[in-house]
Amino acid sequence: MGITDLSQDALQQVINWARKNSVWPVTFGLACCALEMMVASSATYDIARFGAEVFRPSPRQADLMIVAGTVTKKMGAVLRRIHEQMPEPKWVIAYGSCACSGGIFQTYSVVQGVDQIIPVDVYVPGCPPRPEDLLNGLIALQEKIGRERWGLRKLVSLPRGIHG
Amino acid sequence: MDRRAAADLLKEKFPDAVQSVEEFRGETTVAVDSVRLRDVMKHLKDGEALRYDLLLDLTAVDFADESPRFRMVYLLYSTRFGDRLRIRTRVAEGGALDTLSDIWKAADWLEREVYDMFGIRFSGHPDLRRILLDEGFVGHPLRKDFPLKGTEFDQPFWSFVFQPKTPI
Repeated sequence: MGITDLSQDALQQVINWARKNSVWPVTFGLACCALEMMVASSATYDIARFGAEVFRPSPRQADLMIVAGTVTKKMGAVLRRIHEQMPEPKWVIAYGSCACSGGIFQTYSVVQGVDQIIPVDVYVPGCPPRPEDLLNGLIALQEKIGRERWGLRKLVSLPRGIHG
Repeated sequence: MDRRAAADLLKEKFPDAVQSVEEFRGETTVAVDSVRLRDVMKHLKDGEALRYDLLLDLTAVDFADESPRFRMVYLLYSTRFGDRLRIRTRVAEGGALDTLSDIWKAADWLEREVYDMFGIRFSGHPDLRRILLDEGFVGHPLRKDFPLKGTEFDQPFWSFVFQPKTPI
């Protein structure tokens, strides 16, 4: 059976299946939450079970950005740049209270939620969240990817982004 | 090299610049006129009997109700004599000090931090920009009159993030 014989829906499902089981995160840790993220990739929690063990040092080879930790405003521009360097399709998990909402840092130097800068798919609150929470968030993201349909997923469309 | 002797040498060499010498728990602090700061510091580094070749730290303190408002503190160390010295000078709000970044390289980023946090300018500094906060930031957080959380800290900050910059 050639690929043209598949209905568009079936093809979408195959693509979704491939995408959701090989979500490669970019290596991006900002604070103590990053340690929990590292533990999640260790033998005890083994994020490889979900196909997400390949932490890429280059954003150009990654599908997922796990924003693990406090985002300072100084870091905000860097974070945005790294996100823009990731190829589509790309997803974002805000990992920890600081990335979700600024957390305990209600102060002038900290971004009050990373969704002010980049679009977030899954929020994982906690200070820090346990590695299981990251796996739970990853599973939630996989379910979300599995539900994607043609044209549903918008390109990054925050104002003044490169996609427009 | 005795600590007391370093301060005495300084007083001998710059009788008009050295304002006071304090001794507290074995630590010597020399208050220096801000106009002569550069000459004094150059001599502290290069003087044969002094050789304070290491600038450990440089920071400021805000005395909001005093005039001049800020007090600059320089912590020096002599690797040859194993001797420490604290130099102090005063600077008014909106005033400027001479940069020491060409005497000690370490002063470069430290002066940028003081500029960032207190708004004290350093004339002759090669690249006086904010270092810890982003460039669009308004205010100087370590001043006593700066609100603890900052103003409108929870507002989106598009203008900070998306200022056009040259590609990395």
